[in-house]
Amino acid sequence: MTMLKPLAFLILIVCTTFVVTECRTIQPNDANLIQQTCKKTPNYALCIQYLNSDPKAPSADVTGLALIMVNVMKNKANIAINKIHQLIGKSPPDQKATLNSCASKYNAIVVADIPSAIEALQKGNPKFAEQGANDAANEANSCENGFSGKSPLTAENNAMHDVSVITSAIVRLLL
Amino acid sequence: MDRTNNSNHDVPFSYVSLPIGPHEDEAPVESRGKWKARPVVFCGLLVLVSLVAFNGYKGSNGNITTLTSNEDLKQKTIPSHKWKPVSRGVSAGVSEKSNRLFTKSNNIGGMLFPWNNTMLAWQRTAFHFQPEENWMNDPNGPLYYKGWYHFFYQYNPNGAFWGDIVWGHAVSRDLIHWIHLPLAMVADEWYDQNGVWTGSATILPNGDIIMLYTGATDALVQVQNLAYPADLSDPLLIDWIKYPKNPVLVPPPEIEVYDFRDPTTAWLTSQGKWRISIGSKMNKTGIALVYDTKDFKTFERIEGILHAVPKTGMWECVDFFPVSTKLDIGLDTSARGDDVKYVMKVSLDDDRHDYYALGTYDENGVDFVPDDTNKDVGTGLRYDYGVFYASKTFYDQSKERRVLWSWIGESDSEDADVAKGWASLMGIPRTIVFDKKTGSNLLQWPVEEVERLRMKRCKFHNEKVMPGSVVLLNIGSASQLDIEAEFNIDKKDIEKIKQTNEEYNCETSGGAANRGALGPFGLLVLADEGLSEYTPIYFYVVKGSNGNLKTSFCSDQSRSSLATDVDKSIFGSTVPVLEGEKLSLRILVDHSIVESFAQGGRTCVTSRVYPTTAIYENAQLFLFNNATEATVTASLNVWHMNSAFINDKQVKLKS
Repeated sequence: MTMLKPLAFLILIVCTTFVVTECRTIQPNDANLIQQTCKKTPNYALCIQYLNSDPKAPSADVTGLALIMVNVMKNKANIAINKIHQLIGKSPPDQKATLNSCASKYNAIVVADIPSAIEALQKGNPKFAEQGANDAANEANSCENGFSGKSPLTAENNAMHDVSVITSAIVRLLL
Repeated sequence: MDRTNNSNHDVPFSYVSLPIGPHEDEAPVESRGKWKARPVVFCGLLVLVSLVAFNGYKGSNGNITTLTSNEDLKQKTIPSHKWKPVSRGVSAGVSEKSNRLFTKSNNIGGMLFPWNNTMLAWQRTAFHFQPEENWMNDPNGPLYYKGWYHFFYQYNPNGAFWGDIVWGHAVSRDLIHWIHLPLAMVADEWYDQNGVWTGSATILPNGDIIMLYTGATDALVQVQNLAYPADLSDPLLIDWIKYPKNPVLVPPPEIEVYDFRDPTTAWLTSQGKWRISIGSKMNKTGIALVYDTKDFKTFERIEGILHAVPKTGMWECVDFFPVSTKLDIGLDTSARGDDVKYVMKVSLDDDRHDYYALGTYDENGVDFVPDDTNKDVGTGLRYDYGVFYASKTFYDQSKERRVLWSWIGESDSEDADVAKGWASLMGIPRTIVFDKKTGSNLLQWPVEEVERLRMKRCKFHNEKVMPGSVVLLNIGSASQLDIEAEFNIDKKDIEKIKQTNEEYNCETSGGAANRGALGPFGLLVLADEGLSEYTPIYFYVVKGSNGNLKTSFCSDQSRSSLATDVDKSIFGSTVPVLEGEKLSLRILVDHSIVESFAQGGRTCVTSRVYPTTAIYENAQLFLFNNATEATVTASLNVWHMNSAFINDKQVKLKS
């Protein structure tokens, strides 16, 4: 009788191990797609970071991964817009003009590039998503280059540029 | 125009300077004396004052603006990394040219170029088709019916970017003066709820009009739908009916549901059935599927495919039509015969370019065979080497010609498009014929009706342009022009230069600033008098190893604008020039679009140009010759072009 307890315990361990390892084998394929996709972008580490932080990523196809990145783009653009609004009130006159230009550029990203990209990816016409992502990177560049002195938006512009470039590379895989 | 920006812009723009403009940082020309460019050529009936330019000549009666010498140019070589687009990293096999991505520069410019409404307003064209506002892309279902040319187009009624696509509609008596009509089709059915996409028209012998178009369904599947005019007695074809049992075609099982779009015009088979093609892909091989039908309601998938080319990716906007090898007329899409060749054309999703190949068509085997397998569909010739996509032809039965429509997108930032409230143009419709002289390409030429817009003509005859010179052509404001020009290189110059193995490639050449023995020479369009902005359209000739001349034709946007947020690529290609032919070009300048044609349309280049200074009355036209050895003689006709007043006429239905 006393043999049963350790036996039951052993069976429990074996079964748990079996179940746990089986669960783990479901993940690798999806994690692989994320890794494979990110390898084809200019910034593997950043790509992995953003995709891994989205719960939808492991079960997404490449289109889904692209849509996740477009959402990251939207977040970055909104962060930049908020920062611009904070800065505009207290900035010197020469910076104000550039900040206004930047606001216009980020607005174009939010009202044009991103909706275009989302629709293009959802409807299977990815080239318009690539165009939107490329434009967003260019807008961020233009904003950054527009400051004659030190840019107060370097972090935001770099983030926007880097995320957009990753998105563009992922979309290219769909063409 | 507002020129204040010029005086305080010491912005070092990263291009090689051609003539010296207001750039303080460059090698001074004081040693050559202060020169000015002065208008010296009189237009109209006056005989041109011949400008004699000696190399290095400079005087206070300075008749010409001389280019800097070769030594000065060497000092201004631009590091190539500043010109390459950002690499996509390990994404192999991708053309870097396929999408504009500016380098992430280290604050090269300093000043963000402040676009203002005056500059943006100038960009609208005077005689190219465009809607009043918002986004446009692919041409759809062009046709001629009851005295009217009909044109439909992909349109976003909600903004200056792609999305919410419906069918715009316009009509014209002459392919140039357009009247906007109400939208022909909107996304009001489940089978096109997510997009009323591209399609083509077929006119049946009994006069029925069939429109086949792609719909993106509520489930995001790409299907083909049938539509037809509600009332064939209405020559304006305002109302359209969608066949109640749509879709008529769904993606076949081996094709992805998002790789099935853009049905062609149908052609009659010898069995009396109608045949269409739809582009698609399998992995990375572009393919053209084939279907037969009797009534456009039920279709039979034909086994095999019309053609396939590996590594070309998705084939969009397939077009397939016959051309006559003997006559300079167009042929009905169903024509066949001994003196007929076939053209297969595709728009490659991968690089946003339109490619075509000439070949033969075996109806029974359902097979298109290109004449030259080295120049296959998607790997060989392009209709146009600039901004030009989703093009589509139709047979104009009233004038027996085949006419080509093309979508010309923007090359500026989305920010500018949103600010100006519109994006995209159509190219001027072009006739297409087989080039009997070369036998290996098509010729495209603006439809003759565009010539009705010609107003005052300025004629220049045998203008001698010495190496390293720039000549202002005094024609007045130069935003709306039709230019025909011929160039001749002095034979002595050709004979005396050495042969070379040089392979010239417009795109990587560095543009008109880089001098060769026999080129570049041509015209500077949309140039301001101080040459701070200009767009060279030029020939570049190379004397090859067997003494044969090889000619390239390019459009160089690298100095087209002081703005830093526009595309500054150089477009172009080689162009066949046969024995005894002069170098000839035609250019249509219409504000922010420049369409250039070499050797009667053998090589065509369309570009978008967005100057900040060379606009309105400041836009000028120059002749230039930046070759080191060749003296060039140029003769030109330059017409000012009237507006076609396209957006003044709209027909709106009362709701």
